[in-house]
Amino acid sequence: MSPRKLLALFALALPALAHGQAQPIRIGAFLSVTGPAAFLGDPEQKTLELYVEKLNAAGGVLGRKLELFAYDSAGDAEKARGYVKRLIEQDKVDLLVGGSTTGETMAAVPLAEAAGVPFISLAGAVVIVEPVKKWVFKTPHTDRMACEKVFVDMRARGVTKAALISGAGGFDRSMRAECLKVAPAYGVQIAADETYGAGDTDMTAQLAKIKATPGVQAVLNAGFGQGPAIVTKNYRQLGIAVPLYQSHGVASKQYVSLAGDAAEGVRLPAAALLVAETLPDADPQKKVVTAYKRDYESRFKQEVSTFGGHAYDGLMLAVEAMRRAGSTDKGKVRDALEATRGYVGTGGVVNMSDKDHMGLDLSAFRMLEVRKGDWTLVK
Amino acid sequence: MIEQYLLSGITTGAIYALVALGFALIYNASHVINFAQGEFVMIGGMASAAFFEAGLPLPAAILLSIAGATLVGVLLDKLAVEPARDAPVVTLIIITIGASILLRGLATLVWDKKIHRVPAFSGEAPIALGTATLLPQVLWVLGVSAAAVALLTWFFRRTLTGKAILAVSHNRLAARLMGISVRRVLAVSFGLSAALGALAGVLVSPIAFTSWDVGVMLGLKGFAAAILGGLGSSAGAVAGGLALGLIEALGAGYLSSAYKDVFAFLIIVAALVFLPNGLLGRGATERV
Repeated sequence: MSPRKLLALFALALPALAHGQAQPIRIGAFLSVTGPAAFLGDPEQKTLELYVEKLNAAGGVLGRKLELFAYDSAGDAEKARGYVKRLIEQDKVDLLVGGSTTGETMAAVPLAEAAGVPFISLAGAVVIVEPVKKWVFKTPHTDRMACEKVFVDMRARGVTKAALISGAGGFDRSMRAECLKVAPAYGVQIAADETYGAGDTDMTAQLAKIKATPGVQAVLNAGFGQGPAIVTKNYRQLGIAVPLYQSHGVASKQYVSLAGDAAEGVRLPAAALLVAETLPDADPQKKVVTAYKRDYESRFKQEVSTFGGHAYDGLMLAVEAMRRAGSTDKGKVRDALEATRGYVGTGGVVNMSDKDHMGLDLSAFRMLEVRKGDWTLVK
Repeated sequence: MIEQYLLSGITTGAIYALVALGFALIYNASHVINFAQGEFVMIGGMASAAFFEAGLPLPAAILLSIAGATLVGVLLDKLAVEPARDAPVVTLIIITIGASILLRGLATLVWDKKIHRVPAFSGEAPIALGTATLLPQVLWVLGVSAAAVALLTWFFRRTLTGKAILAVSHNRLAARLMGISVRRVLAVSFGLSAALGALAGVLVSPIAFTSWDVGVMLGLKGFAAAILGGLGSSAGAVAGGLALGLIEALGAGYLSSAYKDVFAFLIIVAALVFLPNGLLGRGATERV
């Protein structure tokens, strides 16, 4: 080959090389920004945008900028499938974050597995990581863990016989099933199992039945929305004296303000993010959750939610894994994700392994009690 | 325990009854089943919560929200129903379904997607009746329902506008020939039933809270209650509502809470088969 030709080739290759150097890391996201699950997808998308911007302002990752490809799958599993196909084949993303709901996540799992793209899901159900799938990880805690946390607390108070009351929604039913499954392992007998419908306005009939069930020492309400607030008010109306537990589904200021005085003494498991200010300074999560809360609330002028926190953890786990892998090679990033140890996020301390692609334990939940209209940590 | 089941049934039943009254009113005037009735309930609750949170005293917040909902009802008639007044009834019903979706969407924009509460009118200390308890707010719901039935009965029997509405429902053409403005009658009945729905929303919010989507289930249950009682009958709407509430509460108490809605709807199906005109509805008479 003549030197001239070589030079020409080199000249041709130069822009490509330079281009390769500056090429951004492509993060693919599919979230329910609109539709029935918008309360999940909206804070998730905002969080991803905010932190991609912050990471880029701080020089990016591995000397490269991050580029976010985000689509709105609107809570629809079929749409999620379509967008994930596009993210993998057309946008050629290095990693997937998303799937606000379990349905959307499970629709994306076969595609991510087939293409070999690391995928961090933001949805709750246990099925996402059980059985373990090679390329799939998740950040949120599961409803099974919430049940376990409640049962541990019940046993500590000497409760062996409890009643369950749950709503008709997907969250409620899934949690009810998990609680029924794990209760025997914690030595708690479920003596009554009542349900109420979506939009029900009065639950005193169900609660009167629970009150009349002999031996019930505590009641757990697995629910979401206004149902648990009505249950709490009816509970006091009937003068039931045994302790009432709520789920992490109502771990928000809204529940306390809706139920008012009736919420006094109610206990529930919640993520550390919701009690950021109340956490003791020695708490390992204190720094992360207060920083995220401050960043999010000052930017978007709305209250922080655990869902946005899941997206924060998803992005940060990915970034850490890329830094440790020293590249964005999909296989290496996957291995690095699986080797995550002691990552402190908004959802808890994450220790992944080849058997556990979520990596959270019960310490991810804090047991809270409502006192004088505010949360207090139960020691 | 039976006492508590009965009181629980009366609590939910009174709420269903108020919603059912609104269905009966519009059906009387136009033979249209207004599926946006639940949204009037939502507007009443959400608007009164918003006005109250903005610092207005509760009575003012209630009156303003009812006035606002009445306006929405009249606008719904003027903008959506009246332009299609010559269309078959089924088309009008579909229009009201569309309107309900629109109103829900607007509510999320005007207010938000959060759950709100309106304080109880006379405290939250439960009233003990034997071994069971009742919230004072339920007495408000029952009292206002009874007053609404009495007022509606008087309105339809004694006032010219009320009689005009009845005339239009019996024979629209004949009524028009007698000089009754069908347009005005329709506007009045939509406004009135919106006001009734909003009143229900205001009364119910202290018991069951309110949010942008609360109208869906309340509307459905209210519709079922109206059918059970006999469409178009005010007293029937109240009887149907209370019956539905009692069936649900007793079903949840003695059979299974998971299937209480199933019992309720089964009984409605049975009622439609064996009592096609409902508990208190008059049979349709064909004039030859």
